[in-house]
Order: sequence, then structure tokens, then C-alpha cells
Amino acid sequence: MRISDFIYEIKEGMAISFQAIRANKMRSVLTTLGIVIGIVSVTLMGTAIEGLSRGFNDSISKLGADVLYVQKWPWFAGGDWWKYRNRKDIKMAEYKAIDRQAALIQAATPASGTIRTVKYQDNSSSGVFIIGSNEKYLEIGGSSMDIGRFFSQAEADGGRPVCVIGSEIATNLFPHTSPLGKNLKVGNFTFRVVGVMAKQGSFLGMFSLDNRVVIPMQAFLQRFGTRHGIEIDVKAKDIKQLDDTKEELRGILRKVRHVAPGAEDDFAINQQEMFIQTFNAIGLVVAGIGLFITALSLFVGSIGIMNIMFVSVTERTKEIGIRKAIGARRGTILLQFLIEAASLSLIGGLIGIIISYPLSLLLNQILPTSMPISVVAISIVISLIVGVISGFLPANRASKMDPVDALRYE
Amino acid sequence: MNVINIKNISKTYVMGTEEVHALQNVSLQIERGEYVAIMGPSGSGKSTLMNIVGCLDTPTTGLYEFNGVNVSDMNDNELAKIRNKEIGFVFQTFNLIPRSNALHNVELPLIYGGVPATERRRLAEEALQHVQLADRMHHKPNELSGGQRQRVAVARALVTKPSIILADEPTGNLDTKTGDEIMALFEELYNQGNTIILVTHEESVAEHAHRIIRIRDGAVERDEVIKKDGAVKTAASL
Ligand SMILES: Nc1ncnc2c1ncn2[C@@H]1O[C@H](COP(=O)(O)OP(=O)(O)OP(=O)(O)O)[C@@H](O)[C@H]1O
Ligand SMILES: [Mg+2]
Repeated sequence: MRISDFIYEIKEGMAISFQAIRANKMRSVLTTLGIVIGIVSVTLMGTAIEGLSRGFNDSISKLGADVLYVQKWPWFAGGDWWKYRNRKDIKMAEYKAIDRQAALIQAATPASGTIRTVKYQDNSSSGVFIIGSNEKYLEIGGSSMDIGRFFSQAEADGGRPVCVIGSEIATNLFPHTSPLGKNLKVGNFTFRVVGVMAKQGSFLGMFSLDNRVVIPMQAFLQRFGTRHGIEIDVKAKDIKQLDDTKEELRGILRKVRHVAPGAEDDFAINQQEMFIQTFNAIGLVVAGIGLFITALSLFVGSIGIMNIMFVSVTERTKEIGIRKAIGARRGTILLQFLIEAASLSLIGGLIGIIISYPLSLLLNQILPTSMPISVVAISIVISLIVGVISGFLPANRASKMDPVDALRYE
Repeated sequence: MNVINIKNISKTYVMGTEEVHALQNVSLQIERGEYVAIMGPSGSGKSTLMNIVGCLDTPTTGLYEFNGVNVSDMNDNELAKIRNKEIGFVFQTFNLIPRSNALHNVELPLIYGGVPATERRRLAEEALQHVQLADRMHHKPNELSGGQRQRVAVARALVTKPSIILADEPTGNLDTKTGDEIMALFEELYNQGNTIILVTHEESVAEHAHRIIRIRDGAVERDEVIKKDGAVKTAASL
């Protein structure tokens, strides 16, 4: 058969099948329900994974691959809540020990945080992260300044009342003036703004990294105190020696914290790697659940289409006989019913995409994502394939009908 | 030349242990331009013969040549092509596609024949004009009377300009008056040079034909030619 004949038959087959589907609108739409659910789940899964990895890649880089976070709690600890809860807090003494003794580190800073309302004149911003740190903050955090400067070592050591603010604070509290040199009220205390950090965006879409005020650690401890101890952020000299750096820190910390030999660490050294592992695990779970739901509903949808196509073929036995009597070839009949099944499935797929789109916008509230066009394309291809597969047996039965028997069918 | 050349054809249906001999050793030739009526009691094998002649069915034994080509040697696609291009079927129950309008029903054989859209529309409109249905082209079968439906079916049969038109009791579902109209249509088609084979129960319908083949119990009982002037001769004496 020539290509042009084939295209011609496809065109005619489409006309016939749309007519048939139109004649049974309700039945057709109900039949495609499984496909609809399958496509909704595959598109949402694709969108979610896209969102997870997009948000993840943005966010995770902010943790820095070569930064170690000494904390009381391991990230993604799970389980043993009481064990971690009862650990001794991490104190400035540990920071000082690390800063003094560790050879493999490039820089270290103590860090602690709290949440306060921040005011400048009539403008105020609540729920702002107040972070105590030292002059290494920028270097370790991989962030940079937009205007002004970061506070100096002298200011840090002296616990001076100066602060560096995130870009969001700058726009919210200083819409018309430069924040530099202005006195900011952080809780009940006044800090002079010396610089504004460059915009960083959000972390995993959960909280903004620009809604923060960084002050010297000494000032933080004096003004806001801390019942929960601090964390120590350490940047390794060489990322290739990250494991050695970690070991060195462990040694120092065990000594300072008087951990008995053989006893378990009573602190955690967290790193970006753990996020990546956890992320991959989450991604796998999402993909696994998504694929399972997708496969299941596509299977159900496929059975539904096959079933309705068998019904359709039987109902139209006489019509098939007529078509054969006036010259339809087997292949033509086969194609006609395959196209009908594929169209049914495609309709389901399109309905699925139409339903998924607003859902993906909802998802965008949680994850930085949009429905990738590739997922739309894949959905269309999947529904076509499912349609063709589930239509094959009924279409084959139709094409092999004996014309005389078919014509006699009542 | 003979359009149809049938030699010693039999058709046997096996129903469990029982064999039904629907046709037994039937031989007949039909020439281009003939108007043949096939008559016989119910169950005598008329439809079976028509289906074989129309390449819808194949004989159990025997030879069938259509336009000099052995049909028994043909595969499914070749048979479909013959049905499409060379044969026009008219059935007792009209057998139109219910969801399609008259025009589309008539276009259908041309669609299967791969005739381009504009050409086939023109041909289908012509055929419908031929059967006086130019004003009903966009009506669906259930919006047409029985006689009109049968005329659509006739239009569909002749739109491909086939070698023969086969009609299995075309007036069986119509009242006498509409039946007569359809018969007048066949008469006209015959006068225009078409070859027509028509199955009927009624002598009055058969009288339109110029040759009557009578079948009983799956065998040809009598084959007679009726001359234009009304005289009757057996085929053997021709
Ligand atoms: N598919 C079949 N299976 C078994 N027997 C069949 C089949 N088709 C036809 N027959 C038998 O073959 C014989 C001839 O049937 P056919 O339909 O040709 O009769 P007919 O002359 O057209 O009758 P009518 O005038 O009632 O239409 C009948 O006895 C019928 O029962
Ligand atoms: Mg019959």
C-alpha cells in the first residue's frame, strides 16, 4: 500500500470513528475514565518530579557541597527522637575549639537563629529569621552582597549592634530609601544596617532565604540568648578531603564534649550529600507510587476501552458486513476500529491533561514547577499507544468477520 | 463475453453432523447487458447463489469466473476490490449506514475505492440525482421513506459503474407502489446498458427481467429467456 493511500485511509477512518464516538458520547467519556485517571497521575507525577528536582537543584546548591553543618540533630534522622533531644547542646566552646584546632578547614562560623518582628519607622515585617553568625558567613554560605558590606571581624568579635539584611527585608522595610546606615528595630533592639545581601530565592520552595537579618553572634547571644545551643557551619579547604575534614571535626568534638572512647557521637555532622540521598529516595517513592497508580489506571482504562470496543464491534456487525460488501478491505476495517480505540483513548488523555493543568498550578504553590511540555507529549503518546493496544483484539475480530455472516446479523 | 461463468458450483453448510446442501451443481452464464431474475421458493438457495456471484461468499466446490478471472484463486483483498469496483449490491433491508447521510452512504464505495474527495462527491451527487433524490442528500436513512432508502441503496450500487448490479429481493420490504418505482428504476438502468441480476419471489417483479432462472432445492430448475415481445424460450434452445 502506498503512503498516500494509508494517509487517506487514516483520514477516512478518523471521520468514521469520530462519528461513531459522537453517537455514543456518554458511553465514550465514561469508558475513558481509567485513561483520564492514568494520564492525570502520570502528568502530576511528572510535574511533581520536575518540581522536586528543579526546586532541589536550586536549593541544594545553597547548602554548598563542601560545607559541613555541626548540629545536635542529624538531618532526616527519623525514629529516635528522645535520643537526639537529650543530647547536650552545642556551645561556643566547640566552635572555638574547631576554629583553633582544625587544620583541614577553610572557615568556620557559629550560627544560631530565632524569629522576630523587624521594624523600620512605620514599616514592619514579622516572622523574620534573625541569624547570629560571624564575618565568615558570606564565605561559607556562598552568598554575596548586593549593596554595602558585610560586618567585619572586629564588629563580630565585639558583638557590635550592626546587621546585614536580606533583599526581601530591604524592599519591604525600605521601599523608598536606601537601608544603608539606617537603624533597624529587631525585636526590642536596634541594629544599624551595613549591607544588603543579593537575592537568593527560596529553599525547596518552603521558606525565603531573603527574609533574614544577620547579626554578629556575640550580639545575638547577648540580646536573644539561646536555650537551644548553636550550630557550627564549616567550609572544608578541599572538597576532595571532605571525609577527612569530617573525621578531624569528629575528633575535636568528641574531645571537647568528653565522649567516652567507643561511645556513639553525641552530635551530628550534616552535609549536602544527605539531602541528595534523601531527595533521590523521595523521588523514587513519588515515581514508584505515581507509576503504580498510572499503570493500574491505564490498565483499567485499557480493559475498559477493549470492552467497549468489543461492544461497539458487535453492535456494528451489520455495518461491518455492509462495508465489506461494498469493498472495504480487512486492513481498512482493522484501521477504522484501531483509530476509534485510539481516539477514545486520546480523548481520555486530553481530558486528563485538561484536568491536570489546574492541579499542576495548585502543585506550583508547594513546589516551584509547571507542567513540562514533554509530559504533555508523553501523555498523548501513551494514550495513543494504550488505545491501539486495547483496540487491537476487537478491531482484529471486526476485520476477520465473514461478510455474509455479518450481513445476516440482526 | 460472459461477465459471469459458473460451472458445477456447490455450497454445503455443515451444521454439527448434518450437511445442508444450499447449492448443488449449479452452472450458469450471464452476459454483459442481461437482466436476469432468479426465482424460487424460500430456502432454495437464491441468496446463497447471489452471495457467491457477488464475491461475498465462496463456493464449496466448482468454478466461478468473473470477467474471465477465476474468483476461487483470489485472496481477501482482491475479492474486496472486485466487490468495490465491479459489483453493486442492493439488499432487501437496504443496508445503509444508519449514522451517515444519503450522500455519505453513496460516497462510501468510492471512499474504499480511493477516489479523491471532490471527484467522489460529484459522482455521488450524480448518482443521487439519477435516482431522483437530489433533494434528500443530507438526510439520514431514518429520515427517509423505505422507497427513498432503497433508491439511496441503488445509487450506492451504481455509483462505481460496476459490471453487474445484484439485487436480493429489493422490493421485499416495500409496498407495491414503491416496489414498482424501484422496478422502473432497474428497468431504466437496464436500458442504459447495465447488467442486472435480481432475486424475487413475485412473478410480477420477475416479469421485468428478460431472463428468469428458477431454482429449487439448490439446483437450477428452469432457465428461460423472455423476449421483448413476450415470447418465452428456454436458454437451451437459444
Ligand atoms: N450460514 C448458514 N449456515 C447453515 N445453513 C445455511 C446458512 N446460510 C444458508 N443456509 C441454508 O441454505 C439454504 C439456502 O438458503 P438461502 O438463504 O440461499 O435461501 P433463499 O433462497 O435466499 O431463501 P429466502 O427466499 O427465504 O431468502 C437454506 O436451507 C438455509 O437454511
Ligand atoms: Mg434470500
